Amino acid sequence: MDKPRRNPRVFSLVAIPPSVWLLAFFLVPLTLVWAMSFGQKAGLIDIDYVWSLDNYARAMDPLYLRVFAKSFWFAALTTLICLGLGFVVAMSITFGPSRWRVPLLILVMLPFWTNLLVRTYALIAVFRTRGVVNGGLEQLWEWGNGLLAIIGLGHLELLGARFEPLQLLYNNGAVVAGLVYVHLPFMVLPLYASLDRMDRSCIEASLDLGAGHLRTILSVMIPMAMPGIVTGVIITFVPALGSFLTPDLLGGTDSQMIANVIERQFKSANDWPFGAALSFILMYVTFFAIALRAVWISRQRRLRGSL
Amino acid sequence: MKNKSGRGVSRRSFMAGLGAVAAGLKFAPGTVLAAEDKKLNFYNWDTYIGESTLGDFTAETGIDVTMDLYADNDELFAKLKEGNPGYDVIVPTNDFVERMITANMLEPLVGDLIPNIPNIDPTFRDAAFDPGRRFSLPYMWGTIGIGYRKSRVDGVPDSWKWLLDSDRYAGKVALMGDGTTMIQLTMKYLGYPLNDTDPAHIREAQDLLIRNKPNVKVFAEDNGQDLLLSGEVDICMEWNGDILQVMAEDDDIGYVVPREGGLLWQDCLCIPAGAPHPANAHQFINHLLDAKVGAEIADFIQYATPNAAARRLLPAEYNSNPAIFPPAETIRRSEVATYQGIEYTRAIDEAWTRVMAA
Repeated sequence: MDKPRRNPRVFSLVAIPPSVWLLAFFLVPLTLVWAMSFGQKAGLIDIDYVWSLDNYARAMDPLYLRVFAKSFWFAALTTLICLGLGFVVAMSITFGPSRWRVPLLILVMLPFWTNLLVRTYALIAVFRTRGVVNGGLEQLWEWGNGLLAIIGLGHLELLGARFEPLQLLYNNGAVVAGLVYVHLPFMVLPLYASLDRMDRSCIEASLDLGAGHLRTILSVMIPMAMPGIVTGVIITFVPALGSFLTPDLLGGTDSQMIANVIERQFKSANDWPFGAALSFILMYVTFFAIALRAVWISRQRRLRGSL
Repeated sequence: MKNKSGRGVSRRSFMAGLGAVAAGLKFAPGTVLAAEDKKLNFYNWDTYIGESTLGDFTAETGIDVTMDLYADNDELFAKLKEGNPGYDVIVPTNDFVERMITANMLEPLVGDLIPNIPNIDPTFRDAAFDPGRRFSLPYMWGTIGIGYRKSRVDGVPDSWKWLLDSDRYAGKVALMGDGTTMIQLTMKYLGYPLNDTDPAHIREAQDLLIRNKPNVKVFAEDNGQDLLLSGEVDICMEWNGDILQVMAEDDDIGYVVPREGGLLWQDCLCIPAGAPHPANAHQFINHLLDAKVGAEIADFIQYATPNAAARRLLPAEYNSNPAIFPPAETIRRSEVATYQGIEYTRAIDEAWTRVMAA
């Protein structure tokens, strides 16, 4: 068979369906929402497309900027923790015994086979006051007390008069934990891909030339895994920034993220233009992150070219 | 899908299928009432119908009912606002009935097609949010009040104070995640009318909610009853029906509408504009308002039915349950939320964003 590049007719036939798909289900709806972000409400269901910047101006109110800042903070913390954990996991998969590789990768991807809502409710069952973790701790507490009683120290109540369950849910920590749990696979997979492609002789050379393990990781492996790290950071950070289910279900009274505000604009506040503007501000940030990545990659290429 | 036989599609059944699709796509209002497909698309809340209600209706009329579920009125409204995707009967709450009437999203009901209307208690046959009941008929009604764990609270916590303005149950309180309801009921506690639109009063409610936040564990997304049942909280603000469902599982849980009065709500049967099967829809609404059917539904879901004929068929333990039918004095002090316009909706949402951001 001819290569598609040599046969333009085949190429265009193959290219039509995805292009139509992209246009009809991505670009057109997105443009509509974009146009809506410059509109204003006229009555309960009608929107006037007046091309005003009012919605964006309203989004610059310190009230919403604070919510944006908090969402960035949650997403950044999530990404950082994911990066740390993900790097360790990806390294153990890459450098562990090869027969473990596929099962381990499947374990990483397994949670994707379950709906996010189900996974989040499962987390609630694990972390709540009478949940699995606190149940386990209480059991330990009882055993500890039993042991103390046997050795005659029971009356001192060294472990407290009564088991105090940890408050693991409904606070900002629970939100970050939930976000890390949900987004970890997004980080592990690109890291694994780039670590797996890495030329191992570089690592051997580094070790042979007297660098320690830590030094090798910092000066050889991390720079070489950088494309995977950048990709992982972006595809973790972007969806984490737009999460609303996790803060809704696991968060406390001050865990509101910007996507919760956006969700309300499309539902109870019924202000679609403002919701569209807030969504697009998030989108601009995403574009900016991806553009940064493109700039970074082209700079790398140039650097490599000049060597 | 029922028609999943192993054989290939014959040309005739394919054409019939096309016809059905075309019929489903026809949204023009005032579609011919006669000669409808034997189908009905019902959009309802979860666990909000009797166990055999739909099956009985199909057995009686031959009309197949497809039921989709929504979790809140906002979801229902958002789904219908860009045009009816094919639903015949919906169950919006009173303030959304009002909104949808304002936005011409409901089809007027034809009283002659619903001979069971006289079963409805006379007090429910008219409504401020739908004068003359032109677009809606009552399905169930109830209150928002306080659910509590009896062994963990002092007596009966019959004031909003325990939820909104006290550290007595600090860290063991769940409020609701719905900003409008939260601000309206806080106004009620402050002694203002539920539907008060005065910005100064909204501000006062907002500030109280922010001040009291350290005592609140969570603004629950319609799962306050689960938090109460699992011991996560000892006291919460919830819809009475939700608390009733966990009261059935745990004797230690109680429900009270505070003495300041609460929020009265009414879920209504309506036909959305552009419904593909309006005749079937009328038939279905009439079926739900039947005394025996109404009694079966109320008995199963344990909400207060406005159907007087149905109540006569139900036992005293239902009819005199104060969690289902609060005392008359409490009802008198309670109010129904009415739609207050776009500006108010925006003011409330901003106030709620402030509460959540603080």
